[in-house]
Amino acid sequence: MQRLNFRFEQGEADGAGRQPQVVGVVSSGNLEVLIEPAALNGACEIDVHTAAVGFDAIWAAVLADFQQRWKLSDVRISINDVGATPAVVSLRLDQAAESMLEGTQ
Amino acid sequence: MSSYMESNARERLRHLLDTGTLHEFLPPAKRIVSPHLEQLDTPVAFDDGVVTASGLLQGRPVLAAAQEGGFIGGAVGEVHGAKLVGLLRRAIAERPAAVLLLLDTGGVRLHEANAGLIAVSEVMRSVLAARNAGVPVLALIGGANGCFGGMGIVACCANAVIMSEEGRLGLSGPEVIETAHGVEEYDARDRALVWRTSGGKHRTLTGDSRRLVADTVEAFRQAAAEEMAACGHAALSLEELEQENRMLAQRLDATEGCRDPQDIWLGLGVADPSAVPMLDAEAFQRMAAQLRTKEDAGA
Repeated sequence: MQRLNFRFEQGEADGAGRQPQVVGVVSSGNLEVLIEPAALNGACEIDVHTAAVGFDAIWAAVLADFQQRWKLSDVRISINDVGATPAVVSLRLDQAAESMLEGTQ
Repeated sequence: MSSYMESNARERLRHLLDTGTLHEFLPPAKRIVSPHLEQLDTPVAFDDGVVTASGLLQGRPVLAAAQEGGFIGGAVGEVHGAKLVGLLRRAIAERPAAVLLLLDTGGVRLHEANAGLIAVSEVMRSVLAARNAGVPVLALIGGANGCFGGMGIVACCANAVIMSEEGRLGLSGPEVIETAHGVEEYDARDRALVWRTSGGKHRTLTGDSRRLVADTVEAFRQAAAEEMAACGHAALSLEELEQENRMLAQRLDATEGCRDPQDIWLGLGVADPSAVPMLDAEAFQRMAAQLRTKEDAGA
């Protein structure tokens, strides 16, 4: 298992006052994304706990793309991953952001 | 109409209960995860693979739990089991109309060894305690893992079991039987055989499952509401247990020498056992209900 932490500053889409949401399942090739509001001075923090060790650079790229799309502010995202591919990770992250900000499930 | 089998635990529960009434206990944001899996350096889930909640079912208050089959095969660890036990104990205090257990599991989580085994036995005890307090417990089985091991016993402790054709119920899973008795006795890769011996249709014909429903969350929802109303609030009685014991002894006698479940179905009065696997849920349920009426009249 490997733990990775990312922090993206100066977001715009405010998570304050939203309900925490969880999407996905901790299952082979899949991941669980927990998204919740957190007082982070306008930043978005993402904690990744993954069973696939050594993919730091790919996580950094996928998460930077995600933050560019959503520009989240005061949001904490926690991930339990069991070797999901980058495409699956991106889809789950979008699903998580959508379900919290737009209330879709 | 969403497939029950293809839905995950949260989706099943959300669509089973009346819209917007689900209130989750110990939600993922609380991060009550398994301490054992962390020690083993294995992925954890924020809900330890089970969603426990209160809500309404067709306007009546219920407590409900849904196991996530995708997470370690829905296996029961210490936290997972404690959440189920907590829900059932809450039922004794709150007296809801029923407790619904959406089971999708291979049984105990072997990573957690004795803690997992104790958890499963505590769930059994809690199911019986809830029933003894007059709270009906219903087991719904329609996930890809079926319901096996200690949780198979838990399902049989419930007032009623509701299954889809895709659901399976048993004690030892197919691979375990093959390993113990040899491939000639039981071929775990023969899917038709596996479903004939543990699938929803067989379990419904033998009476282990109260009824068979189509593989949609809506069908399970409707059946759960009807069974909940039919159960009433009678506490467990010794007489009821003795009657069940007699039924099981009779079944053992009646199925002596049967080589295949189709022989058992023939013995139960099914006119054409080979046609059973192809029947849709509605046609099958009609046939099973007729057989039961006939049996009741004979008894």
